Amino acid sequence: MTSSAARIFLLLAGLAAGAAEAGMGAEDARHFLSRTGFEAPLARVDEYAGLSRREAVERELYAVRQAARTAPPAWVNDWQPPGRVRMMGAEERQQYQRELVVRGLELKGWWLDEMRSTDSPLTERMTLFWHNHFTSSLQKVRSPVLMYRQNLLLRRYSLGSFGELLHAVSKNAAMLVYLDGAANRRGQPNENFAREVMELFTLGEGNYSEQDVKEAARAFTGWSIEPDTGEFRYRPLLHDSGEKTVLGRSGDLDGDNVLDLLLARPETSRFIAAKLWREFVSPAPADERERAELERVAHTLRETGYSIRAALRDLLLSDAFWAPANRGALVKSPADLVVGTLRQFRIDYSDPLPFVLVMRQLGQDLLAPPNVKGWPGGEAWISSRTLLARRQFVERLLRVDENRMAPERMQASDPAKPMQDRMMRAMLDIRFSANEWLKPFDGREAAVQTVLLPMPPANPPPVGQGIELVRAFAADPVYQLK
Amino acid sequence: MKRRDFLAASIAALTVPRFALAQASAQFSGYGRLLILVELKGGNDGLNTVVPYADAAYYSLRPRLAIARDQVLQIDERTGLHPALKPLLPLWQARELAVVQGVGYANPNLSHFRSIEIWDTASASEQYLAEGWLARCFAAAPPPVAFAADGVVVGSNDMGPLAGTGARVLALNDPAQFQRQARLANPSGAAPRNAALAHILKIESDIAAAASHLETDVEFRTEFPKGPFGNAVRTAAQLAANGAGVAAIRLSLGGFDTHQNQAGTQARLLGEFAEGMAALKGALVEKGRWDSTLIFTYAEFGRRPKENDTSGTDHGTAAAHFVAGGKVRGGLYGDAPRLDALEGGNLRFAVDFRNIYATAIDGWWGLDSSRALNGRFKPLGLLKQM
Repeated sequence: MTSSAARIFLLLAGLAAGAAEAGMGAEDARHFLSRTGFEAPLARVDEYAGLSRREAVERELYAVRQAARTAPPAWVNDWQPPGRVRMMGAEERQQYQRELVVRGLELKGWWLDEMRSTDSPLTERMTLFWHNHFTSSLQKVRSPVLMYRQNLLLRRYSLGSFGELLHAVSKNAAMLVYLDGAANRRGQPNENFAREVMELFTLGEGNYSEQDVKEAARAFTGWSIEPDTGEFRYRPLLHDSGEKTVLGRSGDLDGDNVLDLLLARPETSRFIAAKLWREFVSPAPADERERAELERVAHTLRETGYSIRAALRDLLLSDAFWAPANRGALVKSPADLVVGTLRQFRIDYSDPLPFVLVMRQLGQDLLAPPNVKGWPGGEAWISSRTLLARRQFVERLLRVDENRMAPERMQASDPAKPMQDRMMRAMLDIRFSANEWLKPFDGREAAVQTVLLPMPPANPPPVGQGIELVRAFAADPVYQLK
Repeated sequence: MKRRDFLAASIAALTVPRFALAQASAQFSGYGRLLILVELKGGNDGLNTVVPYADAAYYSLRPRLAIARDQVLQIDERTGLHPALKPLLPLWQARELAVVQGVGYANPNLSHFRSIEIWDTASASEQYLAEGWLARCFAAAPPPVAFAADGVVVGSNDMGPLAGTGARVLALNDPAQFQRQARLANPSGAAPRNAALAHILKIESDIAAAASHLETDVEFRTEFPKGPFGNAVRTAAQLAANGAGVAAIRLSLGGFDTHQNQAGTQARLLGEFAEGMAALKGALVEKGRWDSTLIFTYAEFGRRPKENDTSGTDHGTAAAHFVAGGKVRGGLYGDAPRLDALEGGNLRFAVDFRNIYATAIDGWWGLDSSRALNGRFKPLGLLKQM
């Protein structure tokens, strides 16, 4: 251990004095909190430093919520049957389209607010994980109401049973629109969902044949949407009840039968376990031992009937999760960076719109992944453009109080451009108090580094303290890692 | 020759002229020649871009969407351009625009993301490659270190053909904004402690290197169209005029996935494209780079010949693409669409897209494309002798 690392250790060990002997210490606590949530705030680091690893894991797993606590936008129950939209005149329809754009932004803002304020960041991380797995996009679905319902579904099952989640999301209306399941009918099969459910949701590429896709598409026929409610409806008349063969099993298979066949394959558990690994541990298992740990997680999924909670418990208690070599090995996603920075520095704001737009600029437009494969993630998050935009975002946020534009210097509001007006007001309402944030550190510079960086900075920090040091850490390349 | 003259000539040959010669040739050979790619994102409808107006089958497949014979810009007795492409006509008339018909690949994939991956990585239909074809080319034969960057992606989140680890690739929207933000780069000599940090440190140093080589005060007499694509074209022209070179630039124009009400959307997009191309030529001529720039379009696929029930077209296969530049031998290449010989309702391809890539790597840069393209593809003979 280097002398500075030893100093940090001693300093932080002191923080945990009085807690249980088995306390994991501040470095472990920081790692655990920033991987299961978005950031590691000092108060939580202090608190978790006194817990054992197992206690910390259990606490987070059982804090998971099934519903959001942020109140949803007022319109979430305002389902408009497609027929009604088709009847609209040109002007009304244009008005309606504009309204949809605003609602889409409000929905993204709602989710961002929930991420910012939740007491169970793991719930949001897992909901986002499933959103990026069972992708659907507002760009195609077009209905914020359906995307809201899908989000409720993903969070309800975020740590539940993957099997139940797979069945439920396959019948989810947003999914039926996004992958054309609603257009898949007897005699006119549409293979889109059948292909992606195998390639991207369960088995992974190479573990099924083109023929399996064709036959499975026929099995899913009849799954449809009830126009009056926007909910799933099975239409037996549209179902192809002929014989099909999928993955070697024959019969008058229906959609649920096919999903069960997919769940019965060991490839599915391995595919999901590997994706959880990339989310929580490292880009890939590094050696035989880590591969064995990954296989154990896949085994747990199968043995528990696809309990996500059980798999995650195994993963978070694996040696690999805690291995020093894997700390700081993951690139922060835009959600990690934006939400994590807002949470870490307790940034106050009245309207999430600016942050929704920053996330889009950084390449993670919530509820609108680029394609059915989702965001590629990892190193692909960082290009020269996004790296500079990330740094500018953090820098401006930390200087928001000194750079605040006087309201009289801003352009007069323009009633014809309500969004622009809203954006200006939102920007004025962002607040960060460096003094308030620094107070609990009580001059402990090493603790500032511990909460902000997963490993020592790439560039030596300036000799100094207070906000200068904070800015230097936040501008360090290592701040992009977790 | 008098002795004194001989001496003078020798000294000159040893000093100034040879140096100047070396510079001049470096500027206009190899990577001194610029490549600009224009991605028509979403899959542009080739049949309504380069229209087989003399083919009755075209009109029967597209009762609502077909472009009337008297509307197309006829470029020969059976081929015409979409009317919105009018700004391209001067290029065509100057014989600096090649129209390559039927560009695609065997066993076409109709998924956007898989098909663009095939194009970006220059893979076969069933082959999965991780890196972009230009990134592979630059890794094998790196552009000069004095360049501002190997490649620049303008106005897009994905790196496309430039995705990969072995090349210096910048993503930016506007050089001036990039230059202002570049002070935020935080390069470090620290040892990269893991792959993620190594990637970030590489980007930091790419930014710093590029920032010291990018000029932001390039002015043009040429006017650029308003809007994101016009801005991207201006950025490309600025990069082309920059003293320190760039080997390749990728621009994107999105919105071509026209399943519904295609006519208006495609006309608007093709208009933006054509005006952008005309401005690009104007700006490059102005800066003396038109003869050392090659531009070509690409997209994940074309669209289905038969229009759908919602006045749009669904995902298809082969499509026409454009190649332009001062050294391009204008004209029609490839094969006219065979609407009488569709395969599963879609066009068969006539030219593998990798033949266009080979045209850029072998023909334009004078390199060997077989490694970057994982095989031997014959360059199309559409470049003038250089």
